[in-house]
Amino acid sequence: MSLGLLGKKLGMTRVYNEDGEAIPCTVVDVSGNQILQRKTADKNGYSAVQVGYDDQKEARLTKPEKGHVAAHSGSPKKHVEEFRFENDESLPAEDVKDLGPALFQAGQWVDVIGTTKGKGFQGVVKRYGFGGLPQTHGSMMHRRPGAVGCGTWPGRIWKGRKMPGRHGNYRRTVQNLKVVQVREDDGVILISGALPGSKGSYVTVRPSKKKPLPENAS
Amino acid sequence: MSSIIQKIESEQLKENVTDFNVGDTVKVHTRVVEGGKERIQIFAGIVIGKKGQGLNESFTVRKISYGEGVERVFPVHTPRIAKIDVTNRGKVRRARLNYLRGRVGKQAMSVKAADRV
Repeated sequence: MSLGLLGKKLGMTRVYNEDGEAIPCTVVDVSGNQILQRKTADKNGYSAVQVGYDDQKEARLTKPEKGHVAAHSGSPKKHVEEFRFENDESLPAEDVKDLGPALFQAGQWVDVIGTTKGKGFQGVVKRYGFGGLPQTHGSMMHRRPGAVGCGTWPGRIWKGRKMPGRHGNYRRTVQNLKVVQVREDDGVILISGALPGSKGSYVTVRPSKKKPLPENAS
Repeated sequence: MSSIIQKIESEQLKENVTDFNVGDTVKVHTRVVEGGKERIQIFAGIVIGKKGQGLNESFTVRKISYGEGVERVFPVHTPRIAKIDVTNRGKVRRARLNYLRGRVGKQAMSVKAADRV
């Protein structure tokens, strides 16, 4: 795996490319990413870097968090995540501390991980895409699940039966999205298409797992 | 809206867009790429509606082509529009001229001329 960035959804807009096509894209703020800790196989049993995003007031940290930040001479962050690496050799260099939009380049493929919008308690039609039942011809069941199991045997409903319940608020990965623009001055990147979550929600952007890196990438 | 998004959008706005309104007869000069070559194609008709704001603003032009009504929606700020010529100013009382769709013959393209220029 390789290094990615944490970010925040700012909203969507459109961008015209050189052919005059309008590309819908999401603006993601990725400014102020900082490597807080480097985990090595010797010390931690696996290789990873811990990245923090979004500045936090020092007073809001707990004592252990303060200690952790001080030990790695970082600054307090609201959102912290790890990026795993295959071995210690592939970890970024020690002197790399601050990360920004420059980690990506326009035209690169990325995966974006985020938490989808919560939908609350929903029925089976919205939650699982059931077709529903007849609206007319005397039918008095419209959006109900219908039959949910057998009779005397097994005398219960099988586990895993799709039923109404909480929907949304899932962790989701959207693969193979294209970076449209990298704006270092604004600290944002523009990613083609929609991303999970609402405006202001945190997302993780990483180089695509299934598409190759651009040739001149670091 | 986030100020960064506003900045991204304002960068793409065209600086001088021809002033036109619903009811005007316009010639839209569109850039068409055919076989690697670019040429200008003109779509002429009546503006029957405007929609959206800022970068997302678009307008609908209606014309009668070989007896068949044709409508085309253009974003105002798309680079595919080279320029917009206003040939006639119209005087209309509504924001959307959907009533033109039901008309046939000469009436279909007639909008009262405006007293303004």
